Amino acid sequence: MLSKAKLWLSLAVGTLLMWSTGAHAAWELNMPRGVTQISRDTYDLHMTIFWWMIAIGVVVFGVLLWSIINHRKSKGAKPASFHESTKVEIVWTLIPFLILIAMAVPATRVLTAAYDASASDLDIQITGYQWRWEYSYLPQSADEEEVSFFSTLATSREEISNSMEKGENYLLEVDNPLVIPTDRKVRFLMTSADVLHAWWVPEFAVKKDNVPGFINESWVIVEEPGVYRGQCAELCGMDHGFMPIEVHALEPAEYDEWYAEQQQLALAEQELANAELSMDDAMAQGEEIYTASCIACHQAGGAGMPPVFPALAGSEKATGDVQVTIDTLVNGVPGTAMAAFGRQFNAVELASIITYVRNAFGNETGDLVQPADVNAIIEGGQ
Amino acid sequence: MSTSSAALDHSHDDHHHGPAKGFSRWLFTTNHKDIGSMYLWFSFAMFLLGGTFALVIRAELFQPGLQFVEPNFFNQMTTMHGLVMVFGAVMPAFVGLANWMIPLMIGAPDMALPRMNNWSFWILPFAFALMVSTLFMEGGGPNFGWTFYAPLSTTYAPSSVTYFIFAVHIMGASSIMGAINVIATILNMRAPGMTLMKMPLFVWTWLITAYLLIAVMPVLAGVVTMMLFDIHFGTSFFNAAGGGDPVLFQHLFWFFGHPEVYIMILPAFGVVSAIIPTFARKRLFGYDSMVYATASIAFLSFIVWAHHMFTVGMPLAGQLFFMYATMLIAVPTGVKVFNWVATMFRGAMTFETPMLFAIAFVVLFTIGGFTGVMLAMTPVDFQYHDTYFVVAHFHYVLVPGAVFSLMAAAYYWLPKWTGYMYDENLGKLHFWMSFVGVNLLFFPQHFLGLAGMPRRIPDYALQFANFNWISSVGAFLFGFSQLILLVVVIKCIRGGKKATDQVWEGAEGLEWTVPSPAPYHTFETPPDPSLIKDQ
Repeated sequence: MLSKAKLWLSLAVGTLLMWSTGAHAAWELNMPRGVTQISRDTYDLHMTIFWWMIAIGVVVFGVLLWSIINHRKSKGAKPASFHESTKVEIVWTLIPFLILIAMAVPATRVLTAAYDASASDLDIQITGYQWRWEYSYLPQSADEEEVSFFSTLATSREEISNSMEKGENYLLEVDNPLVIPTDRKVRFLMTSADVLHAWWVPEFAVKKDNVPGFINESWVIVEEPGVYRGQCAELCGMDHGFMPIEVHALEPAEYDEWYAEQQQLALAEQELANAELSMDDAMAQGEEIYTASCIACHQAGGAGMPPVFPALAGSEKATGDVQVTIDTLVNGVPGTAMAAFGRQFNAVELASIITYVRNAFGNETGDLVQPADVNAIIEGGQ
Repeated sequence: MSTSSAALDHSHDDHHHGPAKGFSRWLFTTNHKDIGSMYLWFSFAMFLLGGTFALVIRAELFQPGLQFVEPNFFNQMTTMHGLVMVFGAVMPAFVGLANWMIPLMIGAPDMALPRMNNWSFWILPFAFALMVSTLFMEGGGPNFGWTFYAPLSTTYAPSSVTYFIFAVHIMGASSIMGAINVIATILNMRAPGMTLMKMPLFVWTWLITAYLLIAVMPVLAGVVTMMLFDIHFGTSFFNAAGGGDPVLFQHLFWFFGHPEVYIMILPAFGVVSAIIPTFARKRLFGYDSMVYATASIAFLSFIVWAHHMFTVGMPLAGQLFFMYATMLIAVPTGVKVFNWVATMFRGAMTFETPMLFAIAFVVLFTIGGFTGVMLAMTPVDFQYHDTYFVVAHFHYVLVPGAVFSLMAAAYYWLPKWTGYMYDENLGKLHFWMSFVGVNLLFFPQHFLGLAGMPRRIPDYALQFANFNWISSVGAFLFGFSQLILLVVVIKCIRGGKKATDQVWEGAEGLEWTVPSPAPYHTFETPPDPSLIKDQ
């Protein structure tokens, strides 16, 4: 913990910095109106209830303030003796009750509409992982490939640790954004692979928990093409603050084009699983993935944060039997934070990560792991 | 404690014994005043500890980027801050007030179960030592939030979670014993003439609170026991892979957790209902309706728990039920606020420190109530849920709500406890610094939440920077201002202007009929029934 003096000093310096740079002056006071019918209805409800509360506040605090100013002993006020009135009590029970009914009616209407996820044009399964999102476009016919990818924070560790200027979309940018069409009903099926998460995009007024073992529904019809950003809203562990959501809403024609392209990529990826990797390619791709997905726990240089997150540099699991390394990555370590990554990456990526881990951080094993080695473990495990 | 006046009052009693000397006085005491004082000191210490955790959080959130702590430690701070403040600061402080004041208010010589009273206090320091010690263990302390949602708190928890579970069990046992004691005292030990509908509201609110405690603390004990079994004995209550249900955890937790928030606010209503009439020099406007409103709130608190879980994926009918039930709470709560305002209306007010805190309570608690009504609206809650809007809401009802009522109570009864008047100038300084600090701290958090900042994150997007640093400045102002209270209390114990028995011109009730300071033993014979007034 910091010494008090140091804390005050940093506070003072921080304040000065804030004033001098006027950095990112954002004084947003209210929620966005959003880009869907439900989000606009939600916003209107929010503003209606807000003004009701202001009105009640003005009356109640008005009487209070008036009493404080006028009914003070120092001004010679004598206390009145009125006391207890059933009539008054009934009035101030009934009026709030009627206001609440007036609010409950539109709230019920909006909620009912928001709950109607039927007749969707497109279904996307959103799976939360510690600490990234997986988007799977459910095939709508037997000859479609399932398009599925992970979406991970794209902000660099240097920006987070303040050794680099922070970009405009600091902490709200990802490597692979979710892509959806405008003007079509997109249904989201929410679940989780580990702990609870909550998928939230304010502009859609969609926030739903991702619960392991359960599937929740939500839906949008986005009316404006654009980029919409959100964050995980349910505490999901260490990097809860670092798993943002980025959605690109495209015009339907553009979306169809993108989707066809994804179909091609999905086919190509299947081919790739049988490819042979070169050492240089594996190391380069492995480092890239390590930096995006492993570094939060295992840290730069594979130092880890023992005992919860073990070091990889010189560890038995990373330098011993290569089968153990593959098994650990593919199947995880039950009961610990080490997830089973076998589903999160394809065989090429898994092979690259293992090759990287077994040769970086001074783990000079010289092993080059191929996708076929990984597939052997994946298939053997099933 | 002044023993001289006690000795004078009881000089007829040859067997009278005052407090023992030294540490054994406190260790073995069965005296409600000693135990009350220990509860109050303990809760103040926990308030400073929990506040220190909060300042670590606010220091980290002062600017975007990670500056002082790692995300994992940040999560331990949010968790510990919540647990220590709820179970260590607010609840024991109200139990301390109950110990001190309930026997004095109903004309009883002591609590009904004095030995259990001793025990229920003395297990608390052990519970908290156990819990806080986890911060120094391998793998760190609890890092899953004070709501400890499974499976983050089971399968994915640090190994210290077992200590946390044991600590919660002890705290729960302490609360249940305290509650049994309060009920037994109020129902059995009222002085002749002290009918239920003549009891001061503080006694009423505590009676109802005690029932809430007895009803829900076992549920909390159950839920942490289920966690323990999931972690160590291979069960799958909350593990979906084993056929369990993570949402079940939330239903059980909030069945405890929602009444819990009323456990922390009902006694505050009682305190404010005592202070406002005193300094307005006018009877409480509607005593009966206040009692009924308290009971209604307590009843409703059992049927609204799932409003904490609107995004969890309940069926529409469930959402609607919990929305309507939650909105209903605004009605009895409104009755309370209107009654306090009607009591001040056309009174003859003076503004000593307890009154300042009480008025600030009425205003700021009501603001927290307004956001509460907004949060009750399910479709809009989808936008508010788990954001800083919620953080602002519950801190408004808990800090300038429950905590301000505790400050008010401390200033109000301090002369009765010590026999001296506290330093009014320092008290007012404490109030104004707290008032400015608390609003600077929590008001901007409404804007942060609406603009989209989730809670429990150690770092945030740049558009949240401005209100975060304002909030952090407010946090440090509020935090350090609390040391003024410590100075006031120590000064007041050591001396000052002698307090009269009545202390406050407009004060009414049995506690003001005994000397100041209250002798070690009071009401060994029941008070004269003519002293017991209609409410």
